[in-house]
Amino acid sequence: MWTWFHKLASPPHFYRLAGLWIPWFLGTAVVFMVVGLYSGLVLAPADYQQGDAFRIIYVHVPAAYLSLLAYMVMAVASLIGLIWRMKLAHAVAVSAAPIGASFTFLALATGSLWGKPMWGTWWEWSDPRMLSELILLFMYFGFMTLRSNISERSRADKAGAVLAIVGVVNVVLVHYSVEWWNTLHQGQTVMNSDAKMPASMLTPLLIMILAFSLFFGAVMLQRLRGEVLLREGGARWARRLANEQAIEGAAT
Amino acid sequence: MMTWLAMGGYGFYVWSSFALTFAVLAINLVMARTRHQRIMNALRTKAADESGQRRGGFREVTS
Repeated sequence: MWTWFHKLASPPHFYRLAGLWIPWFLGTAVVFMVVGLYSGLVLAPADYQQGDAFRIIYVHVPAAYLSLLAYMVMAVASLIGLIWRMKLAHAVAVSAAPIGASFTFLALATGSLWGKPMWGTWWEWSDPRMLSELILLFMYFGFMTLRSNISERSRADKAGAVLAIVGVVNVVLVHYSVEWWNTLHQGQTVMNSDAKMPASMLTPLLIMILAFSLFFGAVMLQRLRGEVLLREGGARWARRLANEQAIEGAAT
Repeated sequence: MMTWLAMGGYGFYVWSSFALTFAVLAINLVMARTRHQRIMNALRTKAADESGQRRGGFREVTS
């Protein structure tokens, strides 16, 4: 097991494996997405209060979930990078940021599109859930801007890592905002046993969350391959790979 | 079919949410791929340049 981990942490080995994994992640993501979409948009009954507008949940909640998960991946990887100086860890953090930012944007945008017909407003500044999710978007932007303003990579890694770890406070805030404050945003309906959704509505949601997670995995691996190649460009394995590609390119 | 598309009068909100989501997912995948390709191309050019120099002469002349 440990040797497996050690091998995985070696950049050339990881680069090769990631290339093999991406089609599997992507393939299963697409399958689950098709099933989730069909069961969510066709099979699931309309909500007795929200009508068909509730179906936005099938993209809104997975996007919001991934916006937090991506941040935690970024923060944990940053921590590992700071403590153990593992080569891959900072590359993971860098790769998670833009994907997480895009999911945060989606959570905000689909939330807005859901809020307008249900609450009569696109946006409400006093709502802690919305505000903390917006701050999450700025945390991602801050992380990326900070990094791009530091030219030396090892320093950018460290500074970015510290910012990412500090920002975990906000992730906690997003998560508990609907419990700690009485908000416009509705509370938990996935894990909460009092106000749980019926299975016909919940199952498609869980399938969509799984599909989004697999998709995140695929994009993450793709970004990581690029990042590893960028960081290891001078290493012998990367140069050999580039050479092989150059020869292939010249032959065609 | 038409009643399904209408989504009980919420069609605009439901379909724009789903369309936006899948557009962003697609962009994510495309951007990740282009970035990987760009980095690989840069390495490839560098490798080609270096092997050209090893053979002697300038790249412009040999290629």
